[in-house]
Amino acid sequence: MLMPADPPSLYEKRKGVYPKAVDGFYRRLKWAIMAVTLAIYWGTPWFRWDRGPYAPDQAVLVDLAHRRFYMFAIEIWPHEFYYVAGLLIMAGIGLFLVTSAVGRAWCGYACPQTVWTDLFQHVERFVDGDRNAQVRLAKAPWTLAKLGRRAAKWSLWLAIAFLTGGAWIFYFADAPTLQRDFWSGTAAPVAYATTALLTATTFLLGGFMREQVCIYMCPWPRIQTAMLDEKSLVVTYKAWRGEQRGSLKKAQAHPAEFGDCIDCNQCVAVCPTGIDIREGPQIGCITCALCIDACDAVMAQVGRPRGLIDYCTQEDADAEQKGAPPRPALSALLHPRTIAYLTVWSAIGAAMLFALGARTRIDIAAQQDRNPIFVRLSDGAIRNAYMVKVRNMEARPRPVTVAVDGLAGASLWTDAMAREQAGPSVTATVPADSVAKLRIFIAAPAAGPSRQDFAFTLTANDREGGGDHEPARFERP
Amino acid sequence: MADGQDRKIDAATGTELKGHEWDGIAELDTPLPRWWLWTFYATILFAVGYVVAYPAIPMLNDYTRGMLGWSSRGALDKELAARAAQIAPIHRAIAATPIIDLPARPHLMQAAVEGGRAAFKVHCVQCHGSGAAGAKGYPNLNDDDWLWGGDLATIEKTIIDGVRNPGHDATRLSIMPAFGRDQLLTAAQVDDVVAHVRTISRQDKPSAASQRGGKLFADNCTVCHGADGKGTRALGAPNLTDGIWLYGGDTDTIRASVWNSRQGVMPRWDDKLDTATIRMLAAYVHSLGGGEATPTADAGNAAE
Repeated sequence: MLMPADPPSLYEKRKGVYPKAVDGFYRRLKWAIMAVTLAIYWGTPWFRWDRGPYAPDQAVLVDLAHRRFYMFAIEIWPHEFYYVAGLLIMAGIGLFLVTSAVGRAWCGYACPQTVWTDLFQHVERFVDGDRNAQVRLAKAPWTLAKLGRRAAKWSLWLAIAFLTGGAWIFYFADAPTLQRDFWSGTAAPVAYATTALLTATTFLLGGFMREQVCIYMCPWPRIQTAMLDEKSLVVTYKAWRGEQRGSLKKAQAHPAEFGDCIDCNQCVAVCPTGIDIREGPQIGCITCALCIDACDAVMAQVGRPRGLIDYCTQEDADAEQKGAPPRPALSALLHPRTIAYLTVWSAIGAAMLFALGARTRIDIAAQQDRNPIFVRLSDGAIRNAYMVKVRNMEARPRPVTVAVDGLAGASLWTDAMAREQAGPSVTATVPADSVAKLRIFIAAPAAGPSRQDFAFTLTANDREGGGDHEPARFERP
Repeated sequence: MADGQDRKIDAATGTELKGHEWDGIAELDTPLPRWWLWTFYATILFAVGYVVAYPAIPMLNDYTRGMLGWSSRGALDKELAARAAQIAPIHRAIAATPIIDLPARPHLMQAAVEGGRAAFKVHCVQCHGSGAAGAKGYPNLNDDDWLWGGDLATIEKTIIDGVRNPGHDATRLSIMPAFGRDQLLTAAQVDDVVAHVRTISRQDKPSAASQRGGKLFADNCTVCHGADGKGTRALGAPNLTDGIWLYGGDTDTIRASVWNSRQGVMPRWDDKLDTATIRMLAAYVHSLGGGEATPTADAGNAAE
């Protein structure tokens, strides 16, 4: 059996990536988006929102203990989880939409992995210096000075990681209270465990795993490669303009043989995932466009037009190669697929908004006792029993009346009353934001169908009013 | 590698190809990242640690028990013990509270009803049924008809001492004579009494037989069942005028009851269950829908 002379290793050591600092339009856009996303992440739990005395005043709160989800004026109960499912579907289709319109913009700008890696790399440059200094330091032996720098960098990373992991828990409890409890050691163990876990993952993923997450762990790049088509914006090295690449000196000596690329390697130096965009579109490219900034700066220096590396669709690239003038990248945003996604996305959003506006905040559910189904009373009447649940989703107590519709001769009482107090309806006050359980007995004459359908009716006895009804069944021997 | 040929290199990626191809689609032999290998080794280490610490390897007669001594049965015992410790204070409080004072302490009352619900499933369902609806000869505890009384204290007393529990002096005892079998009444007289009972329970219209039965009833039955047939709870004599029958209200069943009498037995429970459990059972039975208020001192014998 012949073996290759030099069998390739089954495993590949990670190649160091030391991205160089760069400035330009896309770098500034990335700064702005980083500032906004981090501000949202760290700031949101501290927004207050007045909901009155019966509900928490945190604008965004996932109250797992009480099974409530608060988002500004919206309060979601567990049975309304489909709104959250709807949001997730919108987020999914939103990703499709973004991919269809601007390619892997999520990966390049807004993905937490990208944002935190970017932040960590900035810290790295702050401590270790820019690319060349970082490469030198990585190769240097472990001296005290190197150890000091590493300790400084890792401490800063750890601090950011701790703030990141620590901020997460504030979404699940009242932030100011939890902050006090956290530092006084009286918070729930799960708060500390979550903080520790997320601190560790942030430190590890942002500091060390970085582009490995995008290339090996994350399914999204793989899905996106299937979603990109010839109308998708991707970062493109315009090879027909750049090749034959060669140094500036050679190009100046033989202008006819060389293209615009002066092979300065700046596009590779600034890449946070360590790829060479000149090899064409690839899974490692998160389309952060930093190579565009780097190349534009070089082109400006050597007096050639910008855009040797640029956002460009495959379609436009083909046209350009045949001599068409470059189209502005923004003109690729709207095409049929984008519009289709946008339509679906907005339709779901509109449907959810409508459902939110029309949803009822008080309802009734009834479950009939099954064992025994009916009880004969001493006066000959038949009694059925029901567990009636009245759900008050408003943040204030509400007085309600429960009556029956379609059951002649019925009298109602609860387990807190004697049968002598029975009447055509029972009243109760449902506490704010909770479910009142009423065990309701109904007695009706024995003469009648063995199974009789009727309905419980619920009426709110306050100014706002409203109500609900619930089909139920009365059974006789 | 099995084909023994040098494999091709993919031009675009520079990565070796696996060698197979479907419709022009070939598979890259991309090397795994080294850190992935480390995580694999880490899982192996974890597995070794797990095998040392926890029950893991089946042997011929036993299995390796692990150094931590953990077992699912032990975990369950721990949970059960924790639960018992958790509810012990409630049990003590219920045992220390006279049953007529329970309703004034809703928290205890609710705990008692729920505890009784569980105890009922263990001790009572054999006769009274899982829904406490009873059966022929076993009273339905959901309805508003009580042989001995339906207030909390009376129910508790019935559970404590039972009904006709042999050899127990305090047990509830009511002995109806077997009027036919013991020849206290003739067969025709028994039929007349049955006709009377059918009439006062509004199942039959008055007849000559029921009028004759009425006289016999007045002579033989009113001591216990009362002149109007509405029964006497102090004696455990059932109300014969309502819609509820322990054995059945049809002519044949009533005749069998008068002829042979009925001597249903419920065991005493004070020698089997503790005070708190009996109290919880009473609270549960009381909560089923027929529970009556505790009678006030001066209205002792008024209510039916």
